[in-house]
Amino acid sequence: MHDLIAITPMGATDARIDTIKGMKIAERPDFALASVAARAGRETDTVDAAKTGLGLDLPPAGRFVTHAPYAAFWTGPEQWLIEAPHDSHENLADLVKAALGDAASVTEQTDGWVRFDLEGAECHAVLELLCNADTRRMKAGDATRTQLEHMACFVACRTQDMRFSVTGARSSAASLHHALVTAAQSAL
Amino acid sequence: MIIHHPLLGPRDAQEFTFLGAATLIERPDWQAEDAQEQFHDYLHLRDNPAGEHRELWFHETGDRSWLVVTRNTLTHEITNVEMARDVARQKGRSK
Amino acid sequence: MTQPNRLSGGRIDTGTALTFSFDGVDYQGHPGDTLASALLANGVRLMGRSFKYHRPRGPLTSGSEEPNALVQLRTGARQEPNTRATTAELFDGLTAASQNRWPSLRFDALAINDRFSNFLTAGFYYKTFMWPATFWEKLYEPVIRRAAGLGSLTLQEDPDVYDKGFRHCDLLVIGSGPAGLSAALTAGRAGADVILVEEDFLFGGRLNAETYGLTDTSTQGWVAMVMSELESLPNVRCMSRTTLYGVFDHGIYGALERVSDHVAVPADGKPRQILWRIYARRAVLCAGAIERPIAFENNDRPGIMMAGAMRAYANRWAVTPARTVAVFTNNDDGHRTAVDLMAKGVGVAAVIDTREDAPKIAGCEILAGAQVIDTSGRLGLSSIKVRRADGKVQTISCGALGVSGGWNPNVHLTCHQRGRPVWNEAIAAFVPGGDGPPGLGVAGAANGAFSTAAALASGSTQALAALDDIGIKGRAIDLPRAEDAPLRISAYWHVPGGKGRGWLDQQNDVTVKDVKLAHQENFRSVEHLKRYTTLGMATDQGKTSNMGGLAIMAELTGKPIPEVGTTIYRPPYVPVAIAALGGRARGAHFHPTRKTPSHDWAAQRGATFVETGNWLRAQWFPVAGETSWRESVDREVRAVRGSVGVCDVTTLGKIDIQGTDGAVFLNRVYANAFAKLAVGKTRYGLMLREDGIAMDDGTTARLAEDHFVMTTTTANALAVYRHLEFARQCLWPDLDVQLISTTEAWAQYAVAGPNSRAVLHKIVDPEFSIDNESFPFMACGEITVCGGLRARLFRISFSGELAFEIAVPTRYGDALMRRIMDAGEEFNICPYGTEALGVMRIEKGHAAGNELNGTTTALNLGMGRMVSKKKDSIGSTASEREGLNRPDALRLVGIKPTDSSAKITAGAHLMNSEGPVDAAHDQGYVTSAAYSPVLNSAIGLAFLKDGANRMGETMRLVSPVTNDNTTVEVVSAHFVDPEGGRLRA
Repeated sequence: MHDLIAITPMGATDARIDTIKGMKIAERPDFALASVAARAGRETDTVDAAKTGLGLDLPPAGRFVTHAPYAAFWTGPEQWLIEAPHDSHENLADLVKAALGDAASVTEQTDGWVRFDLEGAECHAVLELLCNADTRRMKAGDATRTQLEHMACFVACRTQDMRFSVTGARSSAASLHHALVTAAQSAL
Repeated sequence: MIIHHPLLGPRDAQEFTFLGAATLIERPDWQAEDAQEQFHDYLHLRDNPAGEHRELWFHETGDRSWLVVTRNTLTHEITNVEMARDVARQKGRSK
Repeated sequence: MTQPNRLSGGRIDTGTALTFSFDGVDYQGHPGDTLASALLANGVRLMGRSFKYHRPRGPLTSGSEEPNALVQLRTGARQEPNTRATTAELFDGLTAASQNRWPSLRFDALAINDRFSNFLTAGFYYKTFMWPATFWEKLYEPVIRRAAGLGSLTLQEDPDVYDKGFRHCDLLVIGSGPAGLSAALTAGRAGADVILVEEDFLFGGRLNAETYGLTDTSTQGWVAMVMSELESLPNVRCMSRTTLYGVFDHGIYGALERVSDHVAVPADGKPRQILWRIYARRAVLCAGAIERPIAFENNDRPGIMMAGAMRAYANRWAVTPARTVAVFTNNDDGHRTAVDLMAKGVGVAAVIDTREDAPKIAGCEILAGAQVIDTSGRLGLSSIKVRRADGKVQTISCGALGVSGGWNPNVHLTCHQRGRPVWNEAIAAFVPGGDGPPGLGVAGAANGAFSTAAALASGSTQALAALDDIGIKGRAIDLPRAEDAPLRISAYWHVPGGKGRGWLDQQNDVTVKDVKLAHQENFRSVEHLKRYTTLGMATDQGKTSNMGGLAIMAELTGKPIPEVGTTIYRPPYVPVAIAALGGRARGAHFHPTRKTPSHDWAAQRGATFVETGNWLRAQWFPVAGETSWRESVDREVRAVRGSVGVCDVTTLGKIDIQGTDGAVFLNRVYANAFAKLAVGKTRYGLMLREDGIAMDDGTTARLAEDHFVMTTTTANALAVYRHLEFARQCLWPDLDVQLISTTEAWAQYAVAGPNSRAVLHKIVDPEFSIDNESFPFMACGEITVCGGLRARLFRISFSGELAFEIAVPTRYGDALMRRIMDAGEEFNICPYGTEALGVMRIEKGHAAGNELNGTTTALNLGMGRMVSKKKDSIGSTASEREGLNRPDALRLVGIKPTDSSAKITAGAHLMNSEGPVDAAHDQGYVTSAAYSPVLNSAIGLAFLKDGANRMGETMRLVSPVTNDNTTVEVVSAHFVDPEGGRLRA
């Protein structure tokens, strides 16, 4: 085992958590990510292999599905992002590649992203100051990629009205965090 | 503007990057006898219609799809949106 | 303190007193007041000076269309010029000042302009300041600039914050008068997602200002009931203090919400304003109508206002501008003002009606067929002169005059996409032309339906039609009975005779005479009229004045009004602060900041950072005792070349390319050959645009048969990715290739210098050999480090030294940097920044962004032979164009001053050692310059005509900007280790 100490996208050893007037904004470094892109003409094979190997029904556009310990987002035509707990699945890309074989290209994406979870009764009021996603109409399992203060982000509805995750580029974690916190202070 | 993405539905044009006329899909054959002339036309000669125009938009902060958007340059009315990949295939592009 | 002109009743809280000041004098008002209503209550009619003639002015209206009563609100950094007193909500402690006057509002020195008004007519500037031409910049412009403008800026940073927001709805209802309330209620009950926006702080629109309205129930009671129902519906959002300022394409609406303008200071963390982008499937415009004046001599004195405004001040704000008033009208609506003011105990001296058949009002003198022909009162109205039907002139004492020339439907928003209103003779006004923005219906007075009953009915009907359009079934709602008086009006625009100083546009001081002058000088189209006279070009966009101007032009040209037409209406409907358009993207948050994995570590070491794109990169790492950046950078360069250094190169774009056709794909997007790159090898690639111009460069490593990792320059990472997706989706859609960016996923460090291998030996796990034989120059591989962490190693070099780039998952980047520093301690490892990186790449002759500047080809860069002619790649055909291959084409060379202490400036141009120094004799230019601590001399990279054949030539390097004139020698761009022995060591 190596002895290098990991830091979170916010630059600390522990995840950043803020609570603003009942709204919890939590950094979530505890997920591993791997992207899946079906090889040319192999979309069906990819979907079948994901089902067999990971138990996942790869979702259609605008959706994500969960099948513990995995979850999968649609990210583009014939492309998905697979999510799993980091502690148990740090080598997620290898696991996914093993399951999908030559049907798909798999790329490690774990540290490409920062994810913040928003939890509270006023999620819509905060998110409407940040992005054009119509979060009021999103149901659990809806996910969309859009921009938030000039940053491309995935906005996913985890629990309708109550819990959303915002996933953006890791390098701008501090800017994304600032945007979320100031929006919460403004809206609540 | 709102662009009706074939897969994602209505999306704000803020999420897209514009490239130019959809004729950019029709890249000439480099081995044609008059390849120089064809590339010249491909690169530099475009229609600039006052009216319906087919153009390429990239869903930059979305799903990274290239789209062919048919837009009226006078009214901004968008009458058709297609996946550029499908258009390219229809035009006989392959490998 | 007394408020001499305060009446009883009104929708204000008289139980609470608010103290405010205007021009240093304290007054009192009440919650519910605007600044204008509170000043009027205190007997203050004079609120400002006009733009050009500095005429004394008071409020003309009671709403956002106000041209006159513009004040500076607040003090200090929050001071805002040109705020309309008619919409500024009163709060305790509000401070306002008049503007465009000196030394005081009552005595204004520049009022002298008014005496010279014969010279200052329309076109004055165009005619007067034409010559001599040199006078413009030195004399005319500074003088005019000093005199111009209304309020002034503080030049202090705005302490407030502004938000942007996004909302979605099925139906957007714009305005909450009878039409808006009826539309919102209809749609709300149908279950549609509704947003109701109201510019005012009170919902109800004109219903708040009138005594007429509903006939069998209390008007105020009904408004309260509807609002309470709307606010209880979860599918309806009611936004007051929100102005819909623009209609954009495809159902996107811009709205400005004034969240904190009605309080002294925004609450902690709260924005002053929010700029909303509303996505509405359908919308109904219920923006009402705007009353228009009649022009007559001296119709701009404080106290002269719109009759409907006078009525609103009395009914809603319990205020009268004077104890005795008169009314001048061409329609029945004006009579309502007289009736309402009399009911409030205000004396009405007379109603002057231009119509012979004017109706009667009990207890009030009606002068039918009469006109107001002049007025008196230096700083406020004291009397009016009336020409009666019998031709006799009568003077009537009054402190205020309500004027009604009829009402213009508020068509503004229907024209934001070039819709043109059409003339409706029955109401003598323009109404929406039906060619408005798709999805935007119009109801109520905005559509010419002026009675309350018609407004209520059309609001509901329009809402149902809009919902039906989007598949939502609704039902007509029960509407209260309301007045349904027909409109009786006889068009009347200006009182003829006199000197022609009847004001049309009171903000820009445009008179009837100016329109006549424009006509005389043949500026007759409305667009010309507007620009020649500046009619309607002020901050109020001529909401009260444009109609009069074009009616007079119609009269002069003998054309019907619809033929003269209207000018184009454009957003914003009301002024919008730039700060609101900027939102949170301001100062340090203007754009997102991207930080490298070693950022905190670098900051702890005191690094100086530079912004490259959105990234912050360490520029150099000063150590104790160093006094200039050059000292630090020279030390860093010497350390790398002498032993070993480490640099964070994470910012370079990384694109993961997989698929069975990956090699084919790379072979087409790079100009040089890639098909045969072996697994475990890295190759430099030059990417061209299709026109043959260099786009980007970088290295691409082949990790497996079907797996490549491409690097791009930091600045071009996004553009290259977009370009590759274009190639993949649009040019070769059936290639088996998949792309994804991994820039952020890997922390990557360059470890460079003769001791770099020794340092890495302590990092890389022993099962991976990195000696020169098993891991030669341009090798790459997946390895583990520090006891098992997955990593990637590339033997590539930007510095020209023996060098490696090592990558680990980003979360371990901070720890790896610290580990490398520890491992390198025995070799005096030195962290280096982008400056040293730049110096070393110039010493090595490596092209970078300065050379790939969007005008240069592979040939220019000295890589012409790399462009393979045996394959098709993007840009290969066009790069063979004759013009790009001239014998004297620019070539990349190095230059060195003959005097080693001389400087080289990037951007300077090369001239032959003899001959003229001018653009015609230009030989090339310097793209990059640096001081080389290795050569102890300034060095530069330059593009020089036929440069490859001019080695050793002496030239002059000149720059007219910096007055450089340096003698330089043309040398190879490879200043250091031209054979490349060091990087292969």
